[in-house]
Amino acid sequence: MTIQRREFLSVLGGGVAVGLAGCTGADDSDGPEISGETLTLTTTTSTYDTGLLDELNAPFEDRYGVTVDAVAQGTGAALRTARDGDSDVVMVHARSLEDEFMEEGYGVNRRDLMFNDFVIVGESDDPADVEGEDDAAAAFEAIAEAEATFVSRGDESGTHTKELEIWDETGLTVEEFGEWYLDGGGGMGETLNTANLDGGYTLVDRGTFLDMRDEIDLELLVEGPVEGGSEMLMNPYGIVAVNPAVHDNVNYDLAMAYIGYITSLEGQEIIEEYRSNDEQLFFAEALSEDPNFRQYLPEGWERSSDD
Amino acid sequence: MSLEQQMLTALVVDFPFEWNYIRSIVRVSLYVSLTAVALSTLLSLPVALLVGFKEFRGKTLLTSIINTGMGFPSVVVGLVVLFAVSNQGPLGSFDLVFTTEAMILSQIVLAAPVITGVSLAAVSSVEQNVRDAAYAMGGTNLDVALVTIKEARYGIATAVLAGFGRAISEVGSVLIVGGNIASSDGTSVTRTITTAIQLEARQGRFETAMILGAILVVLVLLVNAIVVRLGSGGGRYG
Repeated sequence: MTIQRREFLSVLGGGVAVGLAGCTGADDSDGPEISGETLTLTTTTSTYDTGLLDELNAPFEDRYGVTVDAVAQGTGAALRTARDGDSDVVMVHARSLEDEFMEEGYGVNRRDLMFNDFVIVGESDDPADVEGEDDAAAAFEAIAEAEATFVSRGDESGTHTKELEIWDETGLTVEEFGEWYLDGGGGMGETLNTANLDGGYTLVDRGTFLDMRDEIDLELLVEGPVEGGSEMLMNPYGIVAVNPAVHDNVNYDLAMAYIGYITSLEGQEIIEEYRSNDEQLFFAEALSEDPNFRQYLPEGWERSSDD
Repeated sequence: MSLEQQMLTALVVDFPFEWNYIRSIVRVSLYVSLTAVALSTLLSLPVALLVGFKEFRGKTLLTSIINTGMGFPSVVVGLVVLFAVSNQGPLGSFDLVFTTEAMILSQIVLAAPVITGVSLAAVSSVEQNVRDAAYAMGGTNLDVALVTIKEARYGIATAVLAGFGRAISEVGSVLIVGGNIASSDGTSVTRTITTAIQLEARQGRFETAMILGAILVVLVLLVNAIVVRLGSGGGRYG
């Protein structure tokens, strides 16, 4: 039955394509059909605030004659907007939440895009003695042991999700923490400011920390994988199109064109070459001569599809 | 070089933004807030006149509801409007999420209670005998309404300005329904002065946020000056 339906759809699709070809052929004074459309991209504050998106979007807009409306939200909010069908494509950094989004059928065609890493920062006197620690979970355990001030994002962002994953690894329960564990409840910049004022530790993406380093007294204590530190602090960014079968209003063609562009040689080069204060913030990850097909699937997908 | 030129040059040299960026966010701010206030006024004045003139059961309750509306948190209004215009909501088919139209809608919800409430107070304070006189001279309901508006014009101007102040200074609802979008060449799509300030503050750039704040204050001052001049109708103050 499914197969028959697919065949029917493909015949229908073919018919539509032929029909459209006829239309566009008759009136060749018009530009391509896609031109003039708007792509709504919901993404995280870290990609937006660093200025990378403007660099990436300008060439895409020029090539297709379209507009990209980039809305910077937290990862949680960006995915929620997409769930409601109010955005066409999502660029976020929380693999577990992306997987959930895919498994529930809201997203299709996820690609790994780029990565950077998180670092653990704190005051230079380092009361929990975590400096140079190469295991993020061990560092978190030491902070909890010392009951040293720790400022959490507490906002369902990608960074917060990562923080909770690390606490999970230590086997400690965040809800049982005492007054030393603070809920910053704001963006990365605000959380860094809070940690700076209260003299606490926090988890921060390297890009934001480098950007704000001059304005705060916090020091980088635990390195992420970019500088050979804890693998657990890896911060991968993915891009997912919203499933047009769930929300028929989304601009799926343009979303896929965008994913194609951003994972192309050109898009990946822009990511690789982007600098803020002479520092490379993002490392391109989409291209490889030995592609990893698992990147398209939520983790553990095989198991759930077997039963 | 005149003082003004010197000030302008100093501003241009130290100015951390592109002029195109500033111009476009000012344009979007004014477009959204002025449209919202104009529509709110059209909506609010008849309600204020009606409630002000008529005696009916539940008048006190209705007045309380209007006055409560003045205190609606803008974030909550933003969420409610987002639910309405979202693809899943009742206005979903109009595709209004992240547009200036959605921002206007949410600012109407914010400004209308303020304009209604303050106008109502102004209209209610117009002496009963003024209205009686207008009736006695054979005026229609419309004539009486116009006389009342004329008598209460300072109060109504204050109402409009209070509504405008609420609209242009709020950040919660326009951020949620507008999305704070600027295109890659730095032209604002749905970014207002307030959401631009929020963006700067989020990144720890408090100084540039303050510059934008100063621009906002100057704008509000200008609009106030214009409305006061219009409100005085070239009369007492003009």
